[in-house]
Amino acid sequence: MTRLNTLLLLALAVTVPLSLLAGRVWIDPFDPALPNAAVIFAELRLPRAVLALLLGAGLGAAGATMQGYLRNPLADPGLFGIAPGAALGAVLSFWTGWAASGWALPLFALIGAAGAMALLGAIAGRGGGVLLFTLAGMMIASLAGALMSLAISLSPTPFAMSEIVTWLMGALVDRGWADVWIAAPLTLLGLAVLLRAGRSLDALTLGEVAARSLGIDPRRLQLLMIAGVGLTVGAGVAVAGIIGFVGLMVPHFVRPFTDRRPSSLIVPSALAGALLLLVADCLCRVLPLAGGELRLGIALSLLGAPFFLHLLLRLRRELA
Amino acid sequence: MIKQSNPTPSVRVERSRETGARRVSTTLDTNGGLECAGVVLKARLADVTASLKPGEVTAICGPNGAGKSSLLAVLAGLLASDSGAVSLDGQPLNQLPAPKRAQAIGFLPQSAEVAWDISVETLAALGRLPWRTSAAEDAAAVQGALAALQLESLRDRPVSQLSGGERARALLARVLAGEPRWLLADEPLANLDLAHQLALLARLRELARRRGLGVVLVLHDLAQAMNHADRVLVLDLGAVVADGPPEMVLTADLISVVWGVPARWLGEPGARALLPG
Repeated sequence: MTRLNTLLLLALAVTVPLSLLAGRVWIDPFDPALPNAAVIFAELRLPRAVLALLLGAGLGAAGATMQGYLRNPLADPGLFGIAPGAALGAVLSFWTGWAASGWALPLFALIGAAGAMALLGAIAGRGGGVLLFTLAGMMIASLAGALMSLAISLSPTPFAMSEIVTWLMGALVDRGWADVWIAAPLTLLGLAVLLRAGRSLDALTLGEVAARSLGIDPRRLQLLMIAGVGLTVGAGVAVAGIIGFVGLMVPHFVRPFTDRRPSSLIVPSALAGALLLLVADCLCRVLPLAGGELRLGIALSLLGAPFFLHLLLRLRRELA
Repeated sequence: MIKQSNPTPSVRVERSRETGARRVSTTLDTNGGLECAGVVLKARLADVTASLKPGEVTAICGPNGAGKSSLLAVLAGLLASDSGAVSLDGQPLNQLPAPKRAQAIGFLPQSAEVAWDISVETLAALGRLPWRTSAAEDAAAVQGALAALQLESLRDRPVSQLSGGERARALLARVLAGEPRWLLADEPLANLDLAHQLALLARLRELARRRGLGVVLVLHDLAQAMNHADRVLVLDLGAVVADGPPEMVLTADLISVVWGVPARWLGEPGARALLPG
């Protein structure tokens, strides 16, 4: 256990209990007289916190491995087209009206994610080259995006349209234990897969040829990436909609505190991602906003886009 | 002094013919070394047979497009040939598991890419990836590689802050940290100034002599090949046109035929200079 991981775990140990107390209704741990406190705690706050931790960890780890895989600090798990694929599945569940029955939405989203993963796997081929594969992922992303827009524009009722648009903005409002049971096994499995890619990603630091000369199987790495990113991101979109920028930002926060190898970034990125999403979700909950709660996806994009610009400016200065 | 692989090196000076991809591979010598026989790679290599010996510095020379890098990649097991066979110690290379192959053959690509700003020590430690050895053994191997290339004082420096020569040494340290029995390097002298070129060649010769490391280098500088290699393999249009000790292979005649440049050698053996024209 490195010092960085210990610090992040300590921060989580402090944040998790605080997040359970914060919200529209503040729970005072020393004054348990509040009616419904137990219900709010167990049925609203706790599953929401667990989801934030799971999705944040998945997105953080997926971001760290994506940046390692593409050897590019601007890479993001969205580049593979898995999140748009999952979102397309979810949109179709609204479109067909099946979203009303609890399990259909996440199921459709997972099918969409699996479809994108299968397409990636089929396109990847035997060679295992990174560039072609990434371009294929981007095309899958834009195809899914176009189909999503088509579904929205052809949506049967204005109500369905507004539901779709709101859902796409990503949030953890009103999520319960059922969502946790969907997301938890998939995300944890995805994290385990991503951790197995660590050594190969380290070798890839020296380029694809050198990585192969170090005994790395590029095809195996590609499959690990598809499975790991697909499971973590797909599960996240299925229960919470699209939450961007976590995977892009988090590895940058932790990288300076590691030896900068991709493998030493995976665990701290997962922990920091969990922390970021938990804190962001709490702030969304607490911020007094007239029209209801600030959507988590919007909040993170508001935070992430300026961060991305800052990153670009710094890169420009380094290149100049 | 110079170990000779062929008692009478054959110097065929001719434009090679394209042999078809149907060529049947020849049987392999099983007495050790890194060998290839009848290797054909579509449009790049035509029937290349070579037997490399441990403890020797072999230079692969030839004009642009002769297939030097392709041959090196085939010998390293990174490129599968269309026909023919590559063997390591008599065992077919493509039947060796990738980590075992990586333990035996260290490959230094032409690209000096290091994607992340890791330290010199972390970079060298990447060479341990094919091994599943204890942390102590890994640390000792990395330490040895850093010491062999005088990089100990730079061990904590990020690669972005290295000079070109230091970076090249750090990349070589990565290969040496893997303690390979073979070192295959694609134009390791590119981007190095003369002093660093000579230092690197001297270091590689020493490793070949002292540890029996088999060194195979793709070299463009014929004078460096002449002065520092034990053996020179000349490729042209994907075929071996000459193979043997440099003094016997890199003749003015051969250079004028293969490179199309009339030239003559000046100086004494071991300190030759090539004068074009």
